[in-house]
Amino acid sequence: MSVQPAMPKSWRVDTKPHKFCPGCGHGLVLKALGQAIDELGIQDRAVFGCDIGCSLLAWDFFNVDTIQTHHGRTTPVITGLKRANPNLIGIAYMGDGGGYAIGSQHLVNAAARNEKITVILVNNTQYGMTGGQMAPTTLPGQKTETTPYGRDPEKTGYPTQGPEMVAAITREGAYVARGTVANLRQLKNYLKKALENQMAGNGFSFVEVLSTCPTNWRTNAEETWKMVEQELPKYFKVGEIKVPGGQKEGEANG
Amino acid sequence: MPDKPIEGEKRVFMTGNEVVAWAALVAGAEIMYGYPITPQNEIMHYWTRLAPKYGREFLQTEDELSAGFTTVGGVLAGRKAFTATAGPGNTLMQEPMSMAEAMRLPTVVVIQQRGGPSTATVIYSQQEVTMTTLGGNGEGLRIVYSTANHQELFDYTIKAFNTAWKYRFPTFVLGDGYQAKMRESLTIYDPASRGIELVEAEPYFGKPGVPGVDRPPTQLRNTYNVEEELYEVLEGYFRDYQKIAPEVAEHEAFGLEDSDLVVVSHGVVSRACKAAVKELREAGIKVGYFRPITLRPLPVEAIRETASKARQFLVVESAQGQLARLLKEAAFGCPVEMLDLFKPGVGITAEDVVSRVKEIVG
Repeated sequence: MSVQPAMPKSWRVDTKPHKFCPGCGHGLVLKALGQAIDELGIQDRAVFGCDIGCSLLAWDFFNVDTIQTHHGRTTPVITGLKRANPNLIGIAYMGDGGGYAIGSQHLVNAAARNEKITVILVNNTQYGMTGGQMAPTTLPGQKTETTPYGRDPEKTGYPTQGPEMVAAITREGAYVARGTVANLRQLKNYLKKALENQMAGNGFSFVEVLSTCPTNWRTNAEETWKMVEQELPKYFKVGEIKVPGGQKEGEANG
Repeated sequence: MPDKPIEGEKRVFMTGNEVVAWAALVAGAEIMYGYPITPQNEIMHYWTRLAPKYGREFLQTEDELSAGFTTVGGVLAGRKAFTATAGPGNTLMQEPMSMAEAMRLPTVVVIQQRGGPSTATVIYSQQEVTMTTLGGNGEGLRIVYSTANHQELFDYTIKAFNTAWKYRFPTFVLGDGYQAKMRESLTIYDPASRGIELVEAEPYFGKPGVPGVDRPPTQLRNTYNVEEELYEVLEGYFRDYQKIAPEVAEHEAFGLEDSDLVVVSHGVVSRACKAAVKELREAGIKVGYFRPITLRPLPVEAIRETASKARQFLVVESAQGQLARLLKEAAFGCPVEMLDLFKPGVGITAEDVVSRVKEIVG
């Protein structure tokens, strides 16, 4: 019998190997999320909503009730679900295009209303599923299919600072963090805290995850890793941005 | 907390929007999601006043996209959920309702039609027929009741929840600004007192047990990898829709036996047509009256039978032929001649209909 890789208990094994491209960060984010679900023991009441974009491929990823929604509309679907049955743990999973462009009004208003849901937004700096167009998060100078000579901030602005925006419009009770697939232990910790925040009924929780897209970045393994570990954090600061009533990571003994 | 919003029955004098709120309450609606747009606002106003007294919920969303998608979320959680909108809001509502079609979700949407295209008027029209029956990027897998008066607004709003949860197609109550804002007498009642059984809602998500251990996970998608996969799903939906269509379709008619000319209309305009046809018949002019109550599915058999006997249809509507297009498709091949009285975005009186009929019959 071949050795099976260690998978979270909440993963749906019969749909593995998963459908994401080699080197894609989604599998890592979903592994960290699976571990968080396992550790919190919420597989029976979690509802996973995935957006359209590469995240749609996660529609059968977990042994968790799952809804595949429309592009940008996962936040309101999970909001409606949570409002109708507060015992469920609502997880809205989306990309940077879905969350910061077409669905930004939903993200902003759900955050402002302090909806008791958890939004996980995977930032790979461009639209993956549609073939690598510019996203709100594309870095200055970064080449994409719609910025073939590099993103010009004079014409198209600077990368959206999502968690900073969410932190600015939420009040006490919200949890906001930015993690990265380059640090999975930290990422799992953030996702767990985000879910715990919802379980405690504190308020909105939001985790942006810096991720990879070697297919559209046209990078090899080494370049991909360099991009996510070194380049992205220059624009997107990794860490906890807002923690309800408590200390941020690393402040405990500071 | 009182158990039942209405005990037995009660004679009342109300606006249509208030009627809808009461009907949703007695139909067991548990949560409304809404975004302000005229002329449906008072549905929310009455709902937000009544709902807390009966343990029901409300969420005001950031737009109609969100109102529709949160309604979808409410249904997935197993609650009778609804929203209400109009005009440009109905345009946005088509996106969430196409998802409800794709996943067979029993959402209920009340539409109070206003003038179009664009912002147009906040007053009245019948210009949202095409969009409500066939909107979205889909095939019109939905049920649409077009009401004519306040009693029907009450009756069919209750029915809409039952139809939606029984057949699992998104269901619409198509009213208009006149019905929304006008005050009228009607009898509101506890459905049980009339022997109306409410279809129970049931959760899609969060059923007992651990998914993958005690039960399979519920995983719903609207995206398919290959053409054949989608085709197979849709074929199943079309079969179901075709099967239920005769059970769902409703119409009313009179004076068809002896009439070469039949006046066809729907919604509030049918009241003017009914009055006109009665008046004309009393004056010895043989004219028939036909009104589809469901615009989707249409009562196709009844339309074809009528179109085979009558020589002419006079289609009357406050739109530029939106009902007429549906009728032409339903009556295709029947030798009936289609005449019209179209007043897009404008009300139609019995006098308008009488003079048009006299013009035709000479």
